[in-house]
Amino acid sequence: MIQIPVLRWGEPYPSQEKDKVVHFDTGEVLAEVSRVNAALVERDMRFAQRARDVLREIPIADLLQMVKKAGELYAKAELPLGDGTQTPEQFVRMQSATTGLPEHMCRFNMEKNNFVLGNMDKILDSLTRGLDLNILTRGYGIEARGVPVSYQCQSPVLGMVLPSNSPGVHTLWLPIIPMQVGLVLKPGPQEPWTPYRMASAFYQAGVPKQAIAIYPGLGDIGAAVLNSCPRSLIFGGTATVEQYKGNPRVQAHGPGFSKILLGDDKVDQWEKYLDIMCDSVYVNSGRGCINCSGIWASRHTEKIAEAIAARIGPVQPLPPEDPKSGLAAFTVPNQADGVNNDIEAALKEAGVKDMTAKYGTRLVKKERCDYLRPTVIHCDSPDVAMAKKEYMFPFCTVVKCPQDKMVEKIGPTLVCSAITDDKKFQRGLIEATHIDRLNIGPMPTIKLNWLQPHEGSIVDFLFRARAFQHEGPVNA
Amino acid sequence: MNLSLLLGAIVKDTPGKPAPVTGSTLDEKIKNAKTQLDAQVREVVKWHFSPATGTPFWLEKAKTFDFNPLSDVNGWADIAKFPMFEDDWLRGGPVTRWVPKGYAGRGVYVFETGGTTGIPKSRIVIDDFKIDYEMFSDTLPEKFFPKNSNWLMLGPSGPRRLRLAVEHLAQYRGGISFCIDLDPRWVVKLIKKGWTEHLKAYQEHCIDQAMTILSAGHDVRCMFTTPKLLDALCKRLEQEGSSISKAGITGIFCGGTEMTSQWIRFMIEEYLGPEVYIAPTYGNTLMGLAASEMPTAAQNYKIAYYAPQPRAVAQVVNFKDYNELVPVGQTGRVLLTTLTKEFFVPRFAERDEGEREPPSEKYPWDGVSGVRPFHEIAAQTTVGVY
Repeated sequence: MIQIPVLRWGEPYPSQEKDKVVHFDTGEVLAEVSRVNAALVERDMRFAQRARDVLREIPIADLLQMVKKAGELYAKAELPLGDGTQTPEQFVRMQSATTGLPEHMCRFNMEKNNFVLGNMDKILDSLTRGLDLNILTRGYGIEARGVPVSYQCQSPVLGMVLPSNSPGVHTLWLPIIPMQVGLVLKPGPQEPWTPYRMASAFYQAGVPKQAIAIYPGLGDIGAAVLNSCPRSLIFGGTATVEQYKGNPRVQAHGPGFSKILLGDDKVDQWEKYLDIMCDSVYVNSGRGCINCSGIWASRHTEKIAEAIAARIGPVQPLPPEDPKSGLAAFTVPNQADGVNNDIEAALKEAGVKDMTAKYGTRLVKKERCDYLRPTVIHCDSPDVAMAKKEYMFPFCTVVKCPQDKMVEKIGPTLVCSAITDDKKFQRGLIEATHIDRLNIGPMPTIKLNWLQPHEGSIVDFLFRARAFQHEGPVNA
Repeated sequence: MNLSLLLGAIVKDTPGKPAPVTGSTLDEKIKNAKTQLDAQVREVVKWHFSPATGTPFWLEKAKTFDFNPLSDVNGWADIAKFPMFEDDWLRGGPVTRWVPKGYAGRGVYVFETGGTTGIPKSRIVIDDFKIDYEMFSDTLPEKFFPKNSNWLMLGPSGPRRLRLAVEHLAQYRGGISFCIDLDPRWVVKLIKKGWTEHLKAYQEHCIDQAMTILSAGHDVRCMFTTPKLLDALCKRLEQEGSSISKAGITGIFCGGTEMTSQWIRFMIEEYLGPEVYIAPTYGNTLMGLAASEMPTAAQNYKIAYYAPQPRAVAQVVNFKDYNELVPVGQTGRVLLTTLTKEFFVPRFAERDEGEREPPSEKYPWDGVSGVRPFHEIAAQTTVGVY
């Protein structure tokens, strides 16, 4: 069994308290992860500035090469992990074993992270709109078109309170190191694997150890990270997002409520878009915030729901190592029961119909984990409570709503794929501030262009554009 | 000038303080401790259930028992005959139902627990807090908690035992206690509302008060505090180029939630160093104070608490059967029994679990280590109040 210590700016620190990370299917203890205390995290932040200082000593161009190499190491090499080592296949098995994601999905997420690291130069170029990256290092400079600019780093480190259920989110913090900002990571209890493996790959690729700290622990550690870091990202539910709304120090990522909208000009050909709709709901076991949880149209909604249900409704849980396995297990006790109960309660409202009911029981209970089978619900109005639901499994509502009410009624939407050529409808969507990523045309919600910002630009979050004038030399 | 005026007078023992257990071997001490506990059970049960001296609550409750406490309780083993104590019995009035008739006419304090919403639980006290803290005082090493030195009470104020008890502890040892204002009920509200900025500000407000006391020339050498507040005080002192040791404090009595081996190791290794002694304690308003030796690296920073027998007993029992002690070293729920003439609490299931510890030379009875929130209710509890 691997012992995984706390990483205090790269220095291993085995704690007095440890949490066992257990295989959801076999009960095997895969690792013991040290659990840190909150005051230690806060005290370590004395060295936060050092993290940025050591990174600033390395040109961003060199850091980009390092993270590219780190991506390859992460995907292909046997890397140190705690008091042992870990091959890529062991990583896949361990991540699957604790998060419940089928192994082929873990492998896919690994490739995704590698892709992002390998293309980091292009990603940063697009996120900074072609800025000379040395300006981020210096804090000031002259743009190519001759305009003086200044970008002031708002925090020497970025705190990350990471989730357990969606290993895909790690792509969000991969651009941080090349921007010469340190990382303070609090892993999700079931997913310590990616932060540790990525840190190991970064170190092997030449990133200074003092640039990364990893603090596993309970909820108080998440709070300590948020309290100590001037800029942090946190992942949680709607309540978490509400709690940090308007807090400039925290960017909260919650449920996506991503949707597909079928315009009146296209809805009569809905069958053409069935693959896009099913993929958006089902791929990655519906766990991501970019998975579609609502399909909205003004007509044919019952038929659309029926067709999606016919496609994904019969899917059964399969062992995690089966390449055809499409459903992730719920490894946290009682979580699946809670979700199932919530759905059943919402189904009692008039105008709501479970279109997947005929394909068998939704909740499948196993000895050490549970599954929720794909669920498609028809809502005959956007005003029923069910129309606002989202869960971390293949679940979607198909909502009947007049097109001219959609923008108003859809609510916060991370990814909106609008299948329409209607100029007025398109304009309304472009202007809607509650839509984050907007796709116009038949595109699955899960198809991301990595060169585009996600829930706000991470560059804008970490660097503030400001005026900077000087007469005479600036030597800093 | 009379030296005692300068140093302060050592307060005499409060009547009722038990004599220390004697014995030349551990086995003999264990045997004598059992004898002392059996005698305490007989005396206390007789007191609370006799018509002349009894406690109205227990006299009434006894009518529902299928045994007679006066004739059927002859020692510790018979405590198992009592039903589990329900702390909800302590909510609301009249609080006088808890005052034994034998103490009619005595001044009574009321100490409350929790109480963020609804009616708090309360218990009556006459001298118990004094006796409990005098017994605890006897466990403190003189080198680090010098007699006649002054104390900082950096903990909750208001209707809590700690405020008066720490003050009595300081006075008993010949010193004076300097206190701060801290309302833990407001802190719980801040946590529940998610007002983290306010929470931080309130903590800063408490630390400001402590820093003022420490800077005011009161020659403070000892203190009571909680883990969170000690974290915050150490951090502030460090930011100001000082430390606990540089501030003159040599002994810390620390109690409250979130006392873990990791925390104590962190505190010793990174803030306190070898010149400061920290005495972890476990207890609540219902019982006395369970003490612990200072945890050490050699013992892997294990914190083993021992209740102040014979006035209170801490057992570690099977999660499924509270009548069954778990074997030494095994995990179970903490079951407390308080046995004083002021307050009788048989078999109260604490909201904690831990491992059963064997008797030691200093404490020749069972102890409990690794105390943490009981796993079945941990998720529902707001911890880290102050």
